[in-house]
Amino acid sequence: MAPLATSNSDGTVGGSKISAGSSPSYRKYFEKGISGLLAVCAAVSILTTVGIVVILLTQSLPFFGEVSIVEFLTGTEWTPLFKPQHFGILPLVCGTTLVAGGAALIAIPLGLGTAIYLSEYARPAVRNTVKPALEILAGIPSVVFGYVALVFISPLLRGWFPSAEYFNAASACIVVGVMILPMVVSLSEEVLRSVPRSLREASYALGATKFDVTCGVVVPAALSGIVASFLLAIARAIGETMAVTMAAGATAQLTLNPLKSIQTMTAYIVEVSSGDIPMGSIEYSTVFAVGLTLFAFTLCLNVLAQWILSRMREKYE
Amino acid sequence: MSSQYSQPRQNSLAEHTSGRPYAKLLSKAFALLCAACTFVCVATLVMLLWKIIEYGWGRVSMDLITEYPSSTPEKAGIKSALVGSLYLIGLTALFSVPIGVGAAIFLEEYCKPSRWRTMVQTNIANLAGVPSIVYGILGLGLFVRYMNLNRSVLAGAMTLTLVVLPIVILTAQEALRAVPGSIRQASYALGATRWQTVWGQLLPASLPSILTGVILALSRALGEAAPLLAIGAATYTTFLPESIYDDFSVMPLQIYYWAGLPQEEFKQAAAAAIVVLLTVLICMNALAVFLRYRFSKRIQW
Repeated sequence: MAPLATSNSDGTVGGSKISAGSSPSYRKYFEKGISGLLAVCAAVSILTTVGIVVILLTQSLPFFGEVSIVEFLTGTEWTPLFKPQHFGILPLVCGTTLVAGGAALIAIPLGLGTAIYLSEYARPAVRNTVKPALEILAGIPSVVFGYVALVFISPLLRGWFPSAEYFNAASACIVVGVMILPMVVSLSEEVLRSVPRSLREASYALGATKFDVTCGVVVPAALSGIVASFLLAIARAIGETMAVTMAAGATAQLTLNPLKSIQTMTAYIVEVSSGDIPMGSIEYSTVFAVGLTLFAFTLCLNVLAQWILSRMREKYE
Repeated sequence: MSSQYSQPRQNSLAEHTSGRPYAKLLSKAFALLCAACTFVCVATLVMLLWKIIEYGWGRVSMDLITEYPSSTPEKAGIKSALVGSLYLIGLTALFSVPIGVGAAIFLEEYCKPSRWRTMVQTNIANLAGVPSIVYGILGLGLFVRYMNLNRSVLAGAMTLTLVVLPIVILTAQEALRAVPGSIRQASYALGATRWQTVWGQLLPASLPSILTGVILALSRALGEAAPLLAIGAATYTTFLPESIYDDFSVMPLQIYYWAGLPQEEFKQAAAAAIVVLLTVLICMNALAVFLRYRFSKRIQW
């Protein structure tokens, strides 16, 4: 109430003449100034995007001046840090895909099943406990997941599969899968719940079982939103850094064997930027070239997911 | 008799699925499968936390918090990392809250729906999905090299600000959207200007939700290690940062460093540091939940 009272006694009500003098024009400038200041705040987000693109492009120029884009995209060896140098990004892309794919294999079925259970089967009390509990999982820093992979999961895997290396892709897959799980669950659960009740009731009226309703009606109706949640989660897995740096090792190689040590794009960036590579060298500029590739990958997935989500929103509102 | 009674009763349930004898079984099995998935998820969470606490609990003590890192694993503490973390989070909050809330106010209250607004909005949503290491590269190129801030607290805080800004903006926008339009109209009807409406009505009304978003964003920043590694922040410091231009380390980096050392004792120290970090994070999250709960009850439109 207080602010209303102030604005009243300011004498602005009905533009009355109490506010004679310079007050209105001062207020006008003040309002203009505030509006401009807020616009600058909003512009920061645009500037960030511009900054990312400009930095990635300009800083990777020296790299692409020496290495052809064709070699970069098709080369099968990535050894920029020792002689003979090779600059083919495929091993890094392969490592990233291996980890993201493995994580998706774990997170997608488990997450979708949980989302279906929470949205269709669980009592409200269960849902209201399990959902926040899983959100705790989303709040755990990724360095903790890296630690878990390194200290608990890797030794376990080596016990089961003696051929596994100490740093291996599989333990990274498992923890990254657990990391992206809450994302799949909460996004999918929301789209499942947003499916109108009438669709379910119509289906029951036709004599469908709960399984028929869930898998034949609700999930297909929410499919675009579910796919979008998968894409967002995979984008997150691709960009995940600490867990893969700690667990998957630093051997850039073209392999699909999850028990081997590999390197992802993010792990490579960490390796170089936290090492003692002189600034301005070709090795150093590889960071920006790899970063550019990573940014392009995740941006495509994110844009695709948002496009799917926006189409879905139109359908139900 | 009883069989005659039970016969039609069973039929009445099963008649819809008469052509498919296993339909009900399948339905039950599916329900069980989904429940099992949920159980696995929750069990994973419990196992994860329990394993870490079990492993690191013995090392959690006051000494851990008050000692500097050391090459002797038994004596090593997290003092410099803890102070570095607090320093960094404080600065990040100082930068990200005004900018983020300001941007949200501009987009929600000042900007008319237009192609520009849609563009900015899409852009923010995309920024929220950019991997944090990419922000690290941006910080490396922009703050560390171009602006010559080196590996300072300031460069780290500015980098983290960019990481959390999309979260702050998105949650603050949602908080402002939740304030009903009648409040705005009432304010304007009394002759308040736009800014008076925002400052006197909208911000107080949406403050709890905005705070919740800010706390969640800061707890994300507190656990973030990748962008700091990318800008080259130290993983091991034995001094406290005194000015914003000093080198620093943070808890996630300390954990990263200790986890990579071969000695078992350092791994245990890392587990203890994780326990401390998680305790701080869970307290922050609990505060956010409490705020949301408390104020959602009190404010009723």
